[in-house]
Amino acid sequence: MADAQELGQPVTPQLAIFFVLAAIAVIGALSLILQRHPIHSALSLIVVMIALAGLYLLMGSEFVAAVQIIVYGGAIMVLFVFVIMLLNAGAEERTNVSKLAGVAGIPLAVALLGFLAAAIARSNESAQAGLQSGTLANTKEISMMLFKDFVYPFELTSFLILVAILGAIVLAQREKS
Amino acid sequence: MVPTSYYLILSAVLFGLGVVAFVFKRNVITIFMSIELMLNAVNLAFVAFSQARHQSDGQVFVLFVIVVAAAEAAVGLGIIILTARNRQSLNVERVDLLKL
Amino acid sequence: MISSLTSFLSAHATIIVYLVKIALLLFIVLTVNAYLTWFERKVVAHMQSRWGPHRVGPHGLLQPLADGAKFLLKEDPTPAGVDKFTYFLAPLMALALALTSIAIIPFGPEPLHIFGQNISLGIADLNIGILALFAITALSVYGVALAGWSSNSKYPLLGGLRSSAQMVSYELALTMSVVGVLLLAGSFNLRDIINAQAHHPERGILGWNIWPQILGFICFFVAAVAETNRVPFDLPEAESELVAGFHTEYASFKFAMFFIAEYTSMITVSCLCTIMFFGGWLSPFPASWTFTYYLPSVILIPFGLWVIWDGIRYETIFGRIILPGVGTAITAIGALLILFPPVNEFIQGPFWLLAKIFIFLFVYVWMRGTLPRFRYDQLMSFGWKLLLPLSIANVVITAGAILVWPMLKNWVNL
Repeated sequence: MADAQELGQPVTPQLAIFFVLAAIAVIGALSLILQRHPIHSALSLIVVMIALAGLYLLMGSEFVAAVQIIVYGGAIMVLFVFVIMLLNAGAEERTNVSKLAGVAGIPLAVALLGFLAAAIARSNESAQAGLQSGTLANTKEISMMLFKDFVYPFELTSFLILVAILGAIVLAQREKS
Repeated sequence: MVPTSYYLILSAVLFGLGVVAFVFKRNVITIFMSIELMLNAVNLAFVAFSQARHQSDGQVFVLFVIVVAAAEAAVGLGIIILTARNRQSLNVERVDLLKL
Repeated sequence: MISSLTSFLSAHATIIVYLVKIALLLFIVLTVNAYLTWFERKVVAHMQSRWGPHRVGPHGLLQPLADGAKFLLKEDPTPAGVDKFTYFLAPLMALALALTSIAIIPFGPEPLHIFGQNISLGIADLNIGILALFAITALSVYGVALAGWSSNSKYPLLGGLRSSAQMVSYELALTMSVVGVLLLAGSFNLRDIINAQAHHPERGILGWNIWPQILGFICFFVAAVAETNRVPFDLPEAESELVAGFHTEYASFKFAMFFIAEYTSMITVSCLCTIMFFGGWLSPFPASWTFTYYLPSVILIPFGLWVIWDGIRYETIFGRIILPGVGTAITAIGALLILFPPVNEFIQGPFWLLAKIFIFLFVYVWMRGTLPRFRYDQLMSFGWKLLLPLSIANVVITAGAILVWPMLKNWVNL
């Protein structure tokens, strides 16, 4: 098949799923840029995050995928959506970006991306990112590392969250006149 | 099996799109969301490397990145709410003077 | 022709099995949803000393059909000034997420052996079962928030914001209250959680997670009721409060989608409660009491006979034809279970699971009929100041007990 010869490897189901999820992620990111209303941009970002969670699942990191959806998609983006609703953000007005920037910039950006992709593909990263054949399950291994080697950063992040909560409450208070 | 370089290229593309959104959008909340997109792209690279080398360090670091992103989103959105209240606009081009 | 069909089927057996399972489970869940509405109306009515639906079909059993027809045929206006994409997306998202969560639930311990295939009861057996369910719960906040905002109207916006703030707050207590069960089971997988309660089959009901995790169960159940926006936590969508909350501006079929999503999440929560705290498909009787295997038949046969007897004396002709037929079918199933012991053994697991789910659904409906609702500030302070600290305390107590238990075991002969 022509596709297999171009890629240098057979088109397995995993490769097909990778391309589908990658396409969804890139389309979501493009939609984030091209949409005018911030709520549509937020929805596009949620789509990107879910696609990335699917990619993490494809790589075998099921715990990180679940945490991505629960924390990023279910808490952080909810915060964004709340703020957009509270501030009653409307659609953006037309901007006067020069057309030359678009005409010259997009091909240049694509060319730069092509060089970068070629450089990465030719590097020595011949390792295949696939399902881990380790001894422990993914969650167990992460938790072992988190609570043994990285226990100090773990406790520090709890302080960080506490500080962030206090900061957000102080910032969002109404001024007492 | 999907080669690691494919994930890295996707991560670079998403990061680049995040930078484009950061530079070209004028709504401060959308700019903030592009920062989250960049962080997600970096997370993808971390997990890809972690699985390529069969170590879990990358995934643990991804958890920390997610936590820090949460804290930053909370405080940043608080600041955005205050700025929007003071200037009655979410357009970053209007926030170019310290004077209100 | 037939041989080519069978060879095609056996070549793609796995995919076809999955598709059939998904279609069957969707059909069953939607039917259970419909009859859950009938059940709720009947039970709440009887609690209020009235009859509930009893005209459409015998005992009102065709009422869900009439409701479905109404939802499909009613006019579906779209208000002016709504954000069209989000307005159409919100009920879709709510329904899709609610139905997806049923895919993760295991319905029986042993696989079904037919046509040479081992078909497990349950669509997906995920290693992160509980986490995936929480991920779906986390995403379902969007259905509510976007519905409220996109309606371009004050009451839905306020109702949507209140409702999604409530859901996000109780999500924390929900996830923390489950950690005790996970510590006891050592895995996120739902089948492993049930098997961890089956370590001592001779204990029966005493081996279930409810006894060591009573605090966790209370926190989980209360948080789950708040999460599904049911009484007593249904202020954001109560009819006397904010008109109808976030789904005010939604008409026939889109409102039906929200409705189905709510009842499906009720079913999911009941499934989770039974799996995590009440032993799932385990029988409450000790394993040595094999005579309890006849319990399904002992329940079905008298019930079928009663339905026949009631149907013969029913007032309408339609009821006099249908009800005895249904009763005969029920009796026949009960008799079949006695006559075929392998089927009887296979059906034990799913029977107990479904019985416990039914009891939880009854408790949900019972609360709807009896309890008053919380005020919004009471609700939020309850969630943050009481429920979350209690669930965290449950985690600490459980972890401490697990550490100390081996030492205790040397002193106390257990």
